[in-house]
Amino acid sequence: MTENIKKFYGEELSRKQISDGKITIVEHSPKVKYAWSCGEAMSRFLNELKEGKLIGRKCNKCNRILFPPRMFCEQCFKATNEWVYIKDTGRIMTYSISYVDTHARRIKKPILVGVIAMDGASKNMGIMHYFDEVKSDKIKIDMRVKAVWKRKEEREGAITDIKYFKPLGE
Amino acid sequence: MSKKVGVVGVGYTGFSSVTPDVSWKEIMFQAANRAYHDAGIDPRKDVDSFITCAEDYWEGFSIFDEFVPDQLGSVLRPTCTVTADGLYGLINGYMQILTGLMDIVVVEAHSKISDLLTYNDVLSFAIDPVFNRPLIDLGAHPYYIAGMEMKRYMSETGTTEEQCAEVVRKNKLNAMSNPSAGYEAKINIEDVLSSEELFAPLKRLDISPLADGCVVFVLASEEAAKKLAHDPIWIKGVGWASETSWLENKEWGRAVYAELASRQAYKMANITYPKKVIDFAEVDDKFSYKELQHLEALGLCRRGEAGKSVEEGAFDVDGVLPVNTSGGLLGVGNTLEASGLQKGLEVVLQLRKDAGGRKLPDVECGLAQSWRGVPTTSGAVAIFEV
Amino acid sequence: MVKDVAVIGAGMTIFRRRLKETGKEMCFEATKMALDSAGMTLKDVDTVVMGSAPDAFDGIHMKGENLLDGAGGYHKPYMRVFTGGGTGVFAPIAGWWHVASGMSDVCLVVCEEKMSSCYPHPQSAFAHIWDPIIDRPLKPNLMWIFAMEMNRYMHAHNVSKEDIALVAVKNKKNALDHPCAQLGANITVDDVLNSEVIAWPVNLLDVSPPSDGAAAMLLVSEDVVSNHTDNPVWIEGVGWSIDSTMWTNRDLSFPQYVAKAAKMAYKMARIDNPRRQIDVVEPYDPFDYKELHHLEGLLLCDKGEAPVLTREGVTQRDGDLPCCPSGGLLGVGNPIAATMAVKTCEIYWQLSGQAGKRQVPGDPRTGVCQAWGDLMQYGSVMVMRS
Ligand SMILES: [Zn+2]
Repeated sequence: MTENIKKFYGEELSRKQISDGKITIVEHSPKVKYAWSCGEAMSRFLNELKEGKLIGRKCNKCNRILFPPRMFCEQCFKATNEWVYIKDTGRIMTYSISYVDTHARRIKKPILVGVIAMDGASKNMGIMHYFDEVKSDKIKIDMRVKAVWKRKEEREGAITDIKYFKPLGE
Repeated sequence: MSKKVGVVGVGYTGFSSVTPDVSWKEIMFQAANRAYHDAGIDPRKDVDSFITCAEDYWEGFSIFDEFVPDQLGSVLRPTCTVTADGLYGLINGYMQILTGLMDIVVVEAHSKISDLLTYNDVLSFAIDPVFNRPLIDLGAHPYYIAGMEMKRYMSETGTTEEQCAEVVRKNKLNAMSNPSAGYEAKINIEDVLSSEELFAPLKRLDISPLADGCVVFVLASEEAAKKLAHDPIWIKGVGWASETSWLENKEWGRAVYAELASRQAYKMANITYPKKVIDFAEVDDKFSYKELQHLEALGLCRRGEAGKSVEEGAFDVDGVLPVNTSGGLLGVGNTLEASGLQKGLEVVLQLRKDAGGRKLPDVECGLAQSWRGVPTTSGAVAIFEV
Repeated sequence: MVKDVAVIGAGMTIFRRRLKETGKEMCFEATKMALDSAGMTLKDVDTVVMGSAPDAFDGIHMKGENLLDGAGGYHKPYMRVFTGGGTGVFAPIAGWWHVASGMSDVCLVVCEEKMSSCYPHPQSAFAHIWDPIIDRPLKPNLMWIFAMEMNRYMHAHNVSKEDIALVAVKNKKNALDHPCAQLGANITVDDVLNSEVIAWPVNLLDVSPPSDGAAAMLLVSEDVVSNHTDNPVWIEGVGWSIDSTMWTNRDLSFPQYVAKAAKMAYKMARIDNPRRQIDVVEPYDPFDYKELHHLEGLLLCDKGEAPVLTREGVTQRDGDLPCCPSGGLLGVGNPIAATMAVKTCEIYWQLSGQAGKRQVPGDPRTGVCQAWGDLMQYGSVMVMRS
């Protein structure tokens, strides 16, 4: 790269060359579909969500309550020991105000999203979720929040059974 | 090589067509735990490096590497993914130890292919997008490539469909003695020949069915193995090679990758006459004819003679060169990236005299070989000895 | 180590949003350039290591297999490793153990990314990096995690957006001197702050662009280095580490995984005072805050001190600790794995005095490069000396 190299290869294409059909392309959309076995920990977690409850797993060696729950402790590398219900309140660890959707398309109403460290679980045990009922200039790190659940009959055993988190207003 | 590297622990789950009760993480945790127990190590303290073998689309993630550390005990440790089968992972672990930087390395490979609902479509996605995939999009299944290869192999060598069917009979029978196998059966060659013709000349029973499962190896340097007070199974030589990514340019009748990989492994192991040294072999048999083609490529029998030999019982458990005593992929199930390590596992178990009802008497040196499957021309070889 | 390992040549394509070349063709161009610069041919190469990130970009399952002929893997031992965004420094680490182990004298490392094949936007591929149960139902965008990490970092050390923007200004300016750069520019802090908000606190100009590109590097053992060059650069330290998958359980304000990898590499390179002993550094900068985050992770300054160094000009090309003299990912482009060109290759070019207009003054002798990947959990680090 050098000083000795005079020419670098690569031919740039513009968006226009493509939209004008000047470029030879082949198209293919893969048909890709999965059904992951949730396993022991996540199956129980999702079923508890349906009941409006949050559950974690405790490791008796490091005494941490892990949330979301898992059947093994990654620090001690041993099976976890017991199920422990935790609260649906917590503290905002961090957040973002997003103006793009999952496909990087612009959206008008921004999404408030962040990580909530849950009460009743060990330090930093958070999950990602949305926020609402709070203005984007009022949201703050360390703010206390509470889950807003879907109605029981609407719940399907998914993380989206919680609609979003709202400020506790303490 | 100045240093010696050995296998000091193995762990594995059973192999079966579905495993709905456990997640991919839990299946890895199970096998890893057994391997650590077998080696007598604590992964949080004793292991210097971890290697996983996985391909994103088998798993359904864009970067599968993300989902590895917790269930292997490798959080905040050197960990990486090799996008190939387990023998490639083993080879990387072997090299890491040879550098002197690592003493104990863990290698993991698994299949949770039952989570994937569109296996055929994903396999088609591996075909060259510009040149070949449009043909596949017209409706051809990628296994037709294996059908064409089988045709060419048979015509070049005079191997018959009956001889290929004999491989299926033998391997499924061997699997009867392997409690971990998923597709054991007592069948005769008529059953194979009369099974549905899918990618002629390939018939349904010529094709290894998919299976879930996980295998974990613990590798150690000679000094580390001594400290663990183990009699390891030594890795004597390894090789890996690719032929070409162009279907149009590959050798249809020969497994060039296996020829190249084995030559490298034999050279490393100082083996001039493999037939004399190798007591038994686990070779890739994703399709029945592949076992024969691979045995010839490995120099374990002369070209064009594998078919005759299998008919004569040379590769039976009590034959001159027992091949796929585990049941092979035809009997155990095709565990994709785990299949190479499953083959290594059988070799290690046999050399440790741990192979239960299929135990081979007086074996000291075994060979494991893998092929990455359609549409690739890549594969690896590892030679183990007591 | 069994063998010391030297870098003796490198090559790259230009980085652009869309290149006409296919992945294979890009690999070929970078590889050819690396070979030419070292006066070698493919015949001299014993093994090939491929680094490439998600298959979803190129739209090819098992894409390593597809790229093999472009990367010189035809009829050779060919290995692909994959550690997400960490691949650009990790692939050369894998190349290092191919040589340091004594397994090969000459290893060619090729990294490729063809992001433009993925429609409607390369970010679609990132939809599949998330946990399918706890994250994907929320329909996340990749930017979110970085925005959340940036916010946590800003909160922990009271860092302003202005200070972070200085990194983008510096790197895009440095890129003006890079012949392959996609986004070299003279911009101001206000330009960054006034650019479109993607996911607060991340604005458009805080982010590196998606790109097509490839890079290649030649690693040789001490035994043969003098046959090829009298200006080698030695790989003296390597380190890699992965943190837990559960990113919502970690404090995102400090990259533990980078610190772990750095300590491993420094120990091997006998570096006990990185700030004094390292002359030039290429930390991974897909976002401007990441350069700061990584400088702290690389233990080149205290936690929260990197913005101060940046403000004081210490990290400028002519400063006391030049950071991203190449122009980095922010300026040259971000074809994930192929960023090897602006990290590992750049340090090689800097230490061998070949960096032309980008050359850091003062005859730098020790350099460090680092990459970062997976779910904000992977660190790979290499120390080189001339
Ligand atoms: Zn624990």
